[in-house]
Amino acid sequence: MPIPKAKKLEMLRSLLLARRFEEALTELCQIEGKIPGMMILCTGQEAVGAGVCAALQPQDAIISNHRSHSHLLAKGADPKALMAEIFGKRTGCNKGKSGTLHLAVPEVNAPCTTTVVGGGPPIAVGRAFAQQYRQEKAVTVCFIGDGATNEGSFHEALNLASLWALPVIFVCENNLYAGAQRFEEHTRAPNIADRAAGYAMPGVVVDGNDALAVYTSASEARARAVAGEGPTLIEYKTYRWRGHGESDLQLYQPKEEIAAWQATCPIPKLRAEMLAQGLIGAEALQAMESDIAAIVQEAIRFAEESPYPEPHEALEDVFA
Amino acid sequence: MQTLRMGQAINQALREEMLRDPDVFLAGEGIGVGIHHSPLLPTAGLLKDFGAGRVKDTPVSEAAIAGLAVGAAVAGLRPVVEIMFNPFFTLASDMIVNHAAKLRYLSGGKSSFPLVVRMKSGAGFGAGCQHSHNLEAWAAHCPGLKVVMPSTPADAKGLLKSAIRDPNPVIFIEDLALYFVPGPVPEEEVMIPIGQAEVKRPGKDVTVVTWSKMVGVALEAADQLARENIGMEVVDLRTLVPMDKETLLASVRKTGRLVVLHEATRTGGFAGEVAAVVMEEAFAHLQAPLRRVTGPDIPVPASPPLERFYLPSAEKLMAAVREIL
Ligand SMILES: Cc1ncc(C[n+]2csc(CCOP(=O)(O)OP(=O)(O)O)c2C)c(N)n1
Repeated sequence: MPIPKAKKLEMLRSLLLARRFEEALTELCQIEGKIPGMMILCTGQEAVGAGVCAALQPQDAIISNHRSHSHLLAKGADPKALMAEIFGKRTGCNKGKSGTLHLAVPEVNAPCTTTVVGGGPPIAVGRAFAQQYRQEKAVTVCFIGDGATNEGSFHEALNLASLWALPVIFVCENNLYAGAQRFEEHTRAPNIADRAAGYAMPGVVVDGNDALAVYTSASEARARAVAGEGPTLIEYKTYRWRGHGESDLQLYQPKEEIAAWQATCPIPKLRAEMLAQGLIGAEALQAMESDIAAIVQEAIRFAEESPYPEPHEALEDVFA
Repeated sequence: MQTLRMGQAINQALREEMLRDPDVFLAGEGIGVGIHHSPLLPTAGLLKDFGAGRVKDTPVSEAAIAGLAVGAAVAGLRPVVEIMFNPFFTLASDMIVNHAAKLRYLSGGKSSFPLVVRMKSGAGFGAGCQHSHNLEAWAAHCPGLKVVMPSTPADAKGLLKSAIRDPNPVIFIEDLALYFVPGPVPEEEVMIPIGQAEVKRPGKDVTVVTWSKMVGVALEAADQLARENIGMEVVDLRTLVPMDKETLLASVRKTGRLVVLHEATRTGGFAGEVAAVVMEEAFAHLQAPLRRVTGPDIPVPASPPLERFYLPSAEKLMAAVREIL
């Protein structure tokens, strides 16, 4: 099926927004005391969030992980509320309780983000169970890294999702590293997708830097899931340009390897294709870039000008 | 005396024990090649010096890491495994709680499980509650586990060496912030026995019992109160299980007043256990109700002012002391 122009434009916009948002974070991290905690970015991997979320409907849920910014932005989260949360401000999407690592945005059906590696898959099973139970035409996407597939919880979740034919898409972003461990140092199987066979579900390997291929594969998995045919495991081969977090010196990532992957950056790839097909002109592209730059600037201004929560507000929100 | 940071002191303990006993090996996530390269970290340089046969980088698989320790220990090896942060104890806890702690008993004393599980604890670095959650009371609630929480480099070194030689499972909890705090460490080998508290500072008016990072908070408060002629005795428990009741009770009998200070949350926290022991065995010596100064009953929030609100401080401790003087 051809991909509609509007979807391509949506993906390009998502890609650019995530990239510019995180480029700003990289800079802000240089300023002492500006941003609390760890800063974990997905720079280079944005096509996965952009392509998968473009294939989803508002009623579809996503369960994200520690590398969540592109997933949440592509699902429609408000950049201002995300940025303010990352700054630890009261106006943040989680009132300063979360910070960058567990951003929850239920407004766009991203109800739980977990930084516990392997925490997502069982939750996704439950979220998808609710969709099946209520007979909704909806799916749940679980974003995990390659490293997370070595947690027992991943395997229990795949088995149960398959057994009950739950509408889940397990999206594994294989960015070649889990912490400082290269993929082959933590997993013997050549592909994460191979693991799906053990649970009798389709496992597919897709170029994670090709937004259109991501979109197509996620759309197919979604169609399967809403048709009641059960879960799919999709492995997107991609690469994180920056370290595990911003304080990581990347001593274990060969410079040539980073450069080679940067040459496959998802943004120019999609942009060139769209320009060539006449789906966007140079002027419209420029307008999109300036629009996104303004959105990111506005998010930073909002975060900076917002107050911190009052200390006693820490006591709120424990129980409903 | 040498001056070392706690991370370096732990590193020395691991090194010395690995040199002494070829059955000691290490396993964990990023303990050989990690994303952090500071020479101050506990496992820095060990892969280079002892090789990949004894310093095992594992996949992100806490249940397997803990199970590896259990299985290797019953075969007579001396595993020292690392769980990166205290909250990830939950993923390892079946192997630790249901297995490491119970299997010796279930064997009628025939099998032993000489293993150490090291984990980082503590709030204060803005990562939020899935990285900062002090769960020492959970471990202490499991018969069969010893629980150690050092406050100084010298204690960390001496206690870790004892833990590695102990024939039982030992949960060894290291506060991340303390890794970078320097202190004197004897050049010669010093073993600090598990189960021995230390009076860090004598005082006549009130006993503060605490451990790990909060020892520093107590000493700071003691300094300030000394200027008002209030004598605060600071007891560093160092080991929660087995608890050194004698040192604790002797101090309370002397001062007649008790405040228990810990970073972990309040309800079900280990302060309750300390308080109960004092009520049972030194009730008659208490001249005032005891007080607990703890984290409030909330998950650790990420935002800086909220996280500061969470953490016990010298001010909060002094306020509690003043209430009962
Ligand atoms: C249960 C658990 N163990 C360890 C960690 C520490 N940790 C955070 S991210 C990470 C690596 C995860 O790798 P992967 O799943 O491939 O995701 P990536 O970071 O590459 O996106 C580790 C070990 C954690 N957060 N949770």
